[in-house]
Amino acid sequence: MIQTFAFYLFAVLMIASAVLVITARNPVHSVLWLILAFFNAAGLMVLVGAEFIAMLLVIVYVGAVAVLFLFVVMMLDIDFAELRAGFIRNFPLGIAIALVLLAELVLGIGAYRAGEIVLGTPTGAAAPLIGAGNTESLGALLYSKYLFLFEATGLVLLVAMVGAIVLTLRERDGAHRGHQNIGKQVRRKPDEATVMKRPTIGEGIDL
Amino acid sequence: MIGIEHYIVVSAILFVLGVVGIFLNRKNIIIILMAIELILLAVNLNLVAFSAFLGDLTGQIFAMFVLAVAASEAAIGLAILVIYFRGRGTIAVDSVDRLKG
Repeated sequence: MIQTFAFYLFAVLMIASAVLVITARNPVHSVLWLILAFFNAAGLMVLVGAEFIAMLLVIVYVGAVAVLFLFVVMMLDIDFAELRAGFIRNFPLGIAIALVLLAELVLGIGAYRAGEIVLGTPTGAAAPLIGAGNTESLGALLYSKYLFLFEATGLVLLVAMVGAIVLTLRERDGAHRGHQNIGKQVRRKPDEATVMKRPTIGEGIDL
Repeated sequence: MIGIEHYIVVSAILFVLGVVGIFLNRKNIIIILMAIELILLAVNLNLVAFSAFLGDLTGQIFAMFVLAVAASEAAIGLAILVIYFRGRGTIAVDSVDRLKG
């Protein structure tokens, strides 16, 4: 009973905040509604026992992605009223496409409900560990069977980070403080960079 | 009793809302990026629900990968947005025609 109540609470709140994300006038409000939507999705995931993904969602999305969005929205000085000019014009098309998509999805779910689709039983390789929590089972699977995929994910994140830095790095003319001059480094010869000295014992050395 | 159908319906509605968001806010690329995040959230919800109801953790592993890729996508997208705004002073998607594609 309490589960049903929690499910409908989370689901309704999530869908309502998703509607507000796409219709809010102010993008800052959109980001805040997005945060609420992610919180409620995390609640939905907790309800089925996937607490690790739920916490990951809260940390990564609310803690990082939403804050990134907020930074960008507040940093850029944009006339949002002008950007919303096409909203009414695009409305009928958007609603029509939404109805078609939703009808197709409902049809798919109805076909699934009609039976005849046999879902496989867990083979055992990826089944949750007996007596272990969600996080522990997930970790045991992630660091054994999916280890290389996990490392590839790390590489994707690294490339994204380097890409974001490279894209937004601003080269100011003249001032090269802290920047490498690669041509200068390549042109450097050993003679200009090092000197040979033969110091005598007991005396210092002038450099 | 809450079954997997409830979860599928909720994530289907969320997915459709994300698509509608792209169509409604065709000029504002920030909202488009947020709508893409909503779509990916719907996908994640679907993966987690199937994973939980079938007793197979692979779905949750995949949800994690989707999460990582979504985070990278948001970072790169916003970086492109920032440099585009720096050069043109606007983020209207209609005026992105420099490549004449």
